[in-house]
Amino acid sequence: MANLAPSVFRQASRLASKQSISGAPRRAVVVLSRASTAPARGAGHRRYVTQSKSDHAQVQVDTAIRLDRSELEKAGATLEVQSGSTTHVSPMADVLKQATKMDEGQRPIYLDMQATTPVDPRVLDAMLPYLTGVFGNPHSRTHAYGWESEHAVEQAREHIAKLIGADPKEIIFTSGATESNNMSIKGVARFFGRSGKKKHIITSQTEHKCVLDSCRHLQDEGFEVTYLPVSSKGLINLEELKAAIRPDTALVSIMAVNNEIGVIQPIAEIGKICRENKVFFHTDAAQAVGKIPLDVNAMNVDLMSISSHKIYGPKGIGACYVRRRPRVRLEPIISGGGQERGLRSGTLAPALVVGFGEACRIAKEELEYDSKRIKALSDRLLKGLLSMEHTNQNGDPEHFYPGCVNVSFAYVEGESLLMALKDVALSSGSACTSASLEPSYVLRALGNSDENAHSSIRFGIGRFTTEAEIDYVLKAVRERVGFLRELSPLWELVQEGVDLKTIEWTQH
Amino acid sequence: MSAIQTAARPESAQKVLSLYRQLLRQGNQFASYNFREYAKRRTRDAFRENKNVEDPRRIQELMQKGLRDLQMMKRQTVISQFYQLDRLVVEGGISGKDEAGHGETVRQKDTGWD
Repeated sequence: MANLAPSVFRQASRLASKQSISGAPRRAVVVLSRASTAPARGAGHRRYVTQSKSDHAQVQVDTAIRLDRSELEKAGATLEVQSGSTTHVSPMADVLKQATKMDEGQRPIYLDMQATTPVDPRVLDAMLPYLTGVFGNPHSRTHAYGWESEHAVEQAREHIAKLIGADPKEIIFTSGATESNNMSIKGVARFFGRSGKKKHIITSQTEHKCVLDSCRHLQDEGFEVTYLPVSSKGLINLEELKAAIRPDTALVSIMAVNNEIGVIQPIAEIGKICRENKVFFHTDAAQAVGKIPLDVNAMNVDLMSISSHKIYGPKGIGACYVRRRPRVRLEPIISGGGQERGLRSGTLAPALVVGFGEACRIAKEELEYDSKRIKALSDRLLKGLLSMEHTNQNGDPEHFYPGCVNVSFAYVEGESLLMALKDVALSSGSACTSASLEPSYVLRALGNSDENAHSSIRFGIGRFTTEAEIDYVLKAVRERVGFLRELSPLWELVQEGVDLKTIEWTQH
Repeated sequence: MSAIQTAARPESAQKVLSLYRQLLRQGNQFASYNFREYAKRRTRDAFRENKNVEDPRRIQELMQKGLRDLQMMKRQTVISQFYQLDRLVVEGGISGKDEAGHGETVRQKDTGWD
């Protein structure tokens, strides 16, 4: 214990000295402090916590700790003090305590576009009249207040239908994709399960929680559910799907774009298989609509869930596409006044619907421009991240939506990296599961180990992301992954060439 | 935030150029960094994309669209300036202190963020 305290001080001074002095003397300090602490340990044991290869685990705290010279002087630490003696570190330690406070703006960069997106100013502009002056109930047929709201709602419906190549009458507004998923899966299953003939549902292991949970609910009601496995790249096997379809299968539900790894499933092929077997096909396209071209008729999709807040629209609104020819029959979850073809009763929110419609219109118009741009940014990010050692991308590198980049950083704990990257808003998985520390079930389904799943981070790129942000993030990730790895004893072992699998860990 | 082009006739070329400048200037007024950058970028790209448009009808259409976008931006930039948030970490100089230069508004901290 006696030699621990000085080494902590040295570490602190080392961090600080990197700020000011150049490469050569810095290395000398590192080696010195290492050498002085090392012999104190037992001589007989193999010492793993020794010098690592100096070229690899370099700590660069440039962006991690932003020190103003004036700030430093205020704290009573001059630059000479830091590089020289180690006794006078208390003012420095004070400054280090504020290391996560950034001097430039305080607001983190937003790179979690799979969770939600900011509302586009054009969308807000379209919504504002319906939040202020036009307040009529769109279902009021007896006066002009109702008519103007209804007109706006029908126009929005048209925009949404156009985006996915559907008829406006086939769009049902809901509160979001979760409700749409529930409505489709439970609705179809219950309607066709009533006669007792169709009691089987097929879905995949990497679906969103709301699909999996709806299916589990149905299992309690006596339905049988097949959870299709996915390959290590995240794609389902079409042969397995064909084999899983039975005469009593009511519904197949496969998501279009995965929310965690961005993998695009072969929707058109799945749709064809389902149509041939006369099974309804539902797809959760919350992450796909407006980002990749979709056409419900070309892809033989019978039910589709859409969310507004993933395409720069307002939160609290979504839609469900329900095919009319051949007709898909559902048992409604919410009963009431019979709005929305009786499938989803309740007064519509014209402001949200209009915002959603406008978001869809813009998404269709800007699809090409946005995809090109997001692809370029994504390539830049991926190239930068994968150029670091021991990193790999999760999911299929060929079939993925470029706006969702999921990368594993080996030997770094994902949650600690998220904490270290306080100036970037990131997530390790879906927002619903971000409160728990459990590894992502999607990555587990790909066959990844727990360690790998724990060290994965998802980067979401959107319409408003800039090159400067990507460069900042790349720099920050590179430095802080290096920093965290230097702290990790596992990383030292790897640097020494020890295969971690050969180690027998003793239990305490 | 969107489309137009340079025109065949000189007098309309001037109009187009003026609209381009107005759009850029207006876009620069967004308080949010991401919207500001997007507005500038999208305006520039849209004008470049359509710079070879010859059809006068099409030019007229694009001009109309640009004018509508300009109106929208005038409203939205005002709104965005009412609800300002702290700056992003990528913006601004090392001091992070905002100074009002050429008629800009000074930002202040905390609106729904602690």
